[in-house]
Amino acid sequence: MSAEGGLTTTGYIQHHLTNLTVCSDAARDAAGHCHGFWSFHLDTLVISGLLGIVFFGLMAKVAGKATSGVPGGLQNFIEMVVGLVDQQVKDTFHGKSALVTPLAITIFVWVFVMNAMDLIPVDFLPLAAGAVGIHYLKAVPTTDPNLTFAMSITVFCIMIWMNLKVKGVGGFLHEVFSAPFGIKLAPVNFIFRVVEDIAKPISLALRLFGNMYAGEMVFILIALLGIWQLPLALPWALFHILIITLQAFVFMMLTIVYMSMAAESH
Amino acid sequence: MNINATLIGQAIWFAVFIWITMKYVWPPLQKAMADRQAQIAEGLAAAERGKHEQELAAKRSADALREAKEKSADLVAQAEKRAQQIVEEAKGNAKVEADKVVAGAKAEIEQEVERAKQQLRERVAELAVAGAEKILRKEINASAHADMLVALKQDL
Repeated sequence: MSAEGGLTTTGYIQHHLTNLTVCSDAARDAAGHCHGFWSFHLDTLVISGLLGIVFFGLMAKVAGKATSGVPGGLQNFIEMVVGLVDQQVKDTFHGKSALVTPLAITIFVWVFVMNAMDLIPVDFLPLAAGAVGIHYLKAVPTTDPNLTFAMSITVFCIMIWMNLKVKGVGGFLHEVFSAPFGIKLAPVNFIFRVVEDIAKPISLALRLFGNMYAGEMVFILIALLGIWQLPLALPWALFHILIITLQAFVFMMLTIVYMSMAAESH
Repeated sequence: MNINATLIGQAIWFAVFIWITMKYVWPPLQKAMADRQAQIAEGLAAAERGKHEQELAAKRSADALREAKEKSADLVAQAEKRAQQIVEEAKGNAKVEADKVVAGAKAEIEQEVERAKQQLRERVAELAVAGAEKILRKEINASAHADMLVALKQDL
């Protein structure tokens, strides 16, 4: 348990799971809590943005100076990561698109670094933020469903766009109404397709959110054990490295699969 | 689970990062990796070519060496033959010359003999005459026997 001795266990957990939220005064209730759609989770926005700017900026900087000769250590590492993603794209996505590989790279790298925030001990960032007057901080952006849904809905939009681009509006509509049972069962096909496509972004978002939220929750519970957290936090962190990588990989892989499904006609 | 406007902000972040990756990260890296692959392939091909070339050169040099050896053996044989010829020729010339010298010498000797015989003949006649004179001075006249003497001279 942290230095906030006055808090109850429930209070501690709730404190850790509360986002730093800002909103206009009109959306604020008497207790100062924000309600309604027009409020922002500042911690999610800032941390995910900063991580993205730092890592994609670094990658862009290295890529700008990339040499086809013997690569330096950092270039070599980035090429390795990017090459791994590109290999997955090549294996799964058979269409031609300048977007799919960059999209997959973005997802893998960004989700990975955001998930990796989980490895910073749960109290470090909230305490540091508390010291400068910020009272709520949820350090892992992927434990915020707003982020995971934003990503999965973006992927969904790109998927629809890819469908329209490859098959045309007519081709896409024909596929929606005729696959898989033929045009005679058009309404059934249409319902199937809607369910299938709506399930994609929801499962993408909830899978990542659920895994990271649960992992974060276990970290918080371990942190409540006093001295016993020492032998427990390390194994869980080691195990969590696996989950972090796996979730980033799964999100990326499913995106590639959805893109390839969108780019191939049935 | 409270969904709010953060969703929009995150979607914007996501779009921005996709754009950065699409414009500044992936194309240069892809180009660098493809270029390197091409360079490696080229290097391997060049090495293969060099190896092949080297094999050819080794074969060529062996060929040239063999040819040179054959040529030099030919030359040596020719030179030997020529030397033999020269020796033969010289031998022949020397023989001819020697024969000539010998023949010359023989002819001279014969001439000399002939001359000596001639002189001898003349001297023999004189001596005979002188002898006969001495004998005949007492008995006969030289002039009376001249015919006989001449006939005798002819017989010699």
